[in-house]
Amino acid sequence: MIEKAPILAMDGITKVFPGVKALSNVSFQLFSGEIHALMGENGAGKSTLIKVLTGVYPLDKGTVKLEDVPIVVQSPLHAQELGISTVYQEVNLCPNLSVVENIFIGREIMKNGRIDWKKMNDRAEELLSRLKLDIDVTKELSSYSVAIQQMIAIARSLNVSSKVLILDEPTSSLDVNEVNQLFEVINNLKKAGIAIIFISHFLDQIYEISDRITILRNGEYIGEHKTKDLPRLKLVSLMIGKELEEFDAQSENKDTGSEHGDKKEVFLETEELTKKGSIEPFDLKLHAGEIYGLAGLLGSGRTELARLLFGADKADSGTLKIKGKTTNLNSPKQAILNGVAFCSENRKAEGIIPDISIRENMILAIQGIKGWFNYIPIRKQIEIADKYVSLLNINPPNPEQLMKNLSGGNQQKVLLARWLITNPDLLILDEPTRGIDVGAKAEIQKLMLSLKDNGKSILFVSSELEEVVRCCGKIAVLRDHKKVSEITNDGKIDHQYIMQEIAGGNL
Amino acid sequence: MTKSRLFWPLVVLAILLLINLIYDPSFFVIDIRNGHLTGSLINILNRGAPLILISIGMTLVIATKGIDLGVGSVIAMSGAMAAFIVDGNLGDSERLFPLFLAIALAIGLSAATGLWNGMLISRIGIQPIVATLILMVAGRGVAQLITGGQITTIYYEPYSFIGGGYLFMLPFSIYIVAFVLCVALYVTRRTALGLFIESVGGNPLASRLSGISSKNIVLMVYMFSGLCAGIAGLILSSNVASADGNNAGLWYELDAILAVVIGGTSLMGGRFFLMGTVIGALIIQTLTTTIYSVGINAEVILLVKAVVVLIVCLLQSPEFRKKISGLFSSSRKTPKDEGVNHHESL
Repeated sequence: MIEKAPILAMDGITKVFPGVKALSNVSFQLFSGEIHALMGENGAGKSTLIKVLTGVYPLDKGTVKLEDVPIVVQSPLHAQELGISTVYQEVNLCPNLSVVENIFIGREIMKNGRIDWKKMNDRAEELLSRLKLDIDVTKELSSYSVAIQQMIAIARSLNVSSKVLILDEPTSSLDVNEVNQLFEVINNLKKAGIAIIFISHFLDQIYEISDRITILRNGEYIGEHKTKDLPRLKLVSLMIGKELEEFDAQSENKDTGSEHGDKKEVFLETEELTKKGSIEPFDLKLHAGEIYGLAGLLGSGRTELARLLFGADKADSGTLKIKGKTTNLNSPKQAILNGVAFCSENRKAEGIIPDISIRENMILAIQGIKGWFNYIPIRKQIEIADKYVSLLNINPPNPEQLMKNLSGGNQQKVLLARWLITNPDLLILDEPTRGIDVGAKAEIQKLMLSLKDNGKSILFVSSELEEVVRCCGKIAVLRDHKKVSEITNDGKIDHQYIMQEIAGGNL
Repeated sequence: MTKSRLFWPLVVLAILLLINLIYDPSFFVIDIRNGHLTGSLINILNRGAPLILISIGMTLVIATKGIDLGVGSVIAMSGAMAAFIVDGNLGDSERLFPLFLAIALAIGLSAATGLWNGMLISRIGIQPIVATLILMVAGRGVAQLITGGQITTIYYEPYSFIGGGYLFMLPFSIYIVAFVLCVALYVTRRTALGLFIESVGGNPLASRLSGISSKNIVLMVYMFSGLCAGIAGLILSSNVASADGNNAGLWYELDAILAVVIGGTSLMGGRFFLMGTVIGALIIQTLTTTIYSVGINAEVILLVKAVVVLIVCLLQSPEFRKKISGLFSSSRKTPKDEGVNHHESL
């Protein structure tokens, strides 16, 4: 490494927004053929650094050198021309267009003033074959899985002159197999000499794929380490800037009350709850003061079950009892009135209202059950919002900020607040920790435990099995829309055991 | 936020008024004649009343990411219905019962059309532009059926009070507008309805999952829009003492959409600005008055109108303002607008 000059060197980068110093004197070095992870909590400055690098924001101070030549990136397009390609967190493609059209949109290959489809198809296949992807490029994008779409996004961002590839949370909506598929592609690109900046909140993935790690905290450069020389706990403590014991103690604090759980009151019970095509007859008993986990692959029926329990979808048959009373949930509103809350996995499409404030997003659900004539006085709203902003450490700490200006993790916290305010007896959390940093994750877990201690039930859906094992007293494993087993967490099981159950016991 | 959104429309309105003042120094003068306040400003308010009314309804519809193209036809239907009722009572101007019956039936019919639109859109899932287009076409047909294809003249005296009468020196229609506006402001800002409308417009799925009956909210705004159009229809037909199924309220829906946009509400739904809409409608009305008072040739009237609207829309666009200020100051740095967007998005 020493003899090689970095392909990209950023030095003394400073970026100030009105009232906030987003980056202060940050440096960053990237070598070709390496995968370099950029780590930090929500708001540490990762995205800002990327946006400065790709010309979304002009930088206030500092230098950027690409192959030893100082550059001033004017715009994202300019960055791409310089060989810096970016794939953003959310797939920014058009699902209704074909794969080819998505790859070449805005830069179609023309012949005699018309689009040269044949050449474009060939070129697209060539690009995708670089990623070891062999698919029909004339099909609509939406006919492929999110993982394939993610790779198509990568193919689109790559061109012949690409030297640097930035992947911002590329795995946040992928399941285990899809992540592996993506990693293969990334490793191939690395072998081809491309320098890759990888941003992810999944520590496992960082350790699996990255060569080096640069850590940011509160807009400041904390350090750069070789991945193999940096223990996980050390990394986490560098990111959150706290000593580890505190954090450790928390993660040990699992739901061990499960043996007593059965004696507690049953809050919700289903018998043969069925919805054709999404849930096979399902039996479930949720006790008060219990954290119940749903594990399984994406599409195994986890979310589908959660939606049935919340009345977001209607069951075809079977019964659902809340506090022993048979209840027909025809709408989310009814579920909320019965003390059920549901935090959807799809934050953007089913959670946030982008154009209204944090405060208004927070009070939405409670106002929904109060009805529109029973308007919560503004002063009271502000009081509630202030309380949850500080309780959940929401940043920026201004309840009047518009929701769309918040980072993903902070939006998630606002949505949690929306449901906590309704004071539910059962909180269904569908992937609440997806795409958010360790600090916020720990906060959410802590919150779940304290709710449990207050006698609430929690249905916890997560792809991160360690997290499920750590938090849940009971775990149902789903496969192909069915419950395949129910495990009582006696403290001896681990995530590998659950993995086996998911895979069908023959791993 | 609201302040800056109202700023440019107010500037345009002020400029239009000033242009009038230059051409007609007595433009701002308000006289008392026969115990009525008269003057150009009063005229603008009076003439603009129907447009302001339907624009208020349109604002709420647009806030839910919808659109109501049927309001022009509803104006015609409402007028036709009222004319049909009071027509049989000519010569019987002593009794007020026909007046109230006409108002009740006309407004009932209008609300029913709104219900129809709302059902098509919220329960059956037809796109708003298509659903209301149906009424835009069919409504005129219904109006003509009611009037028998003729322009019905209304001889019933009390009816003229709605659009032509005075109360406490001011035209009665101004009170109607003020009342509807106050109700709309109260209901949307002092109850949670405004929040619900904005959340349904911003993200209907998320709103449903938060326990809001999105469908009922949508139904309600279309009914309100129909109601506003119905009242506007009464004012218009009363003002000219006739009902014209063909031409009453023609193209009003477009003016109303324009007023909403000028007022700063986005066609993408979400945040809405009722006061902005009112100013937008006043701009359109003042523009019409200005065109006549300045004496622009009839054949270029539409063109002038279009240019002014274009200017307002450009002024409303932050992108455009940025470009213009970029021309005047050589620095590449963008102005304060940028402050909105850069919270960390990690």
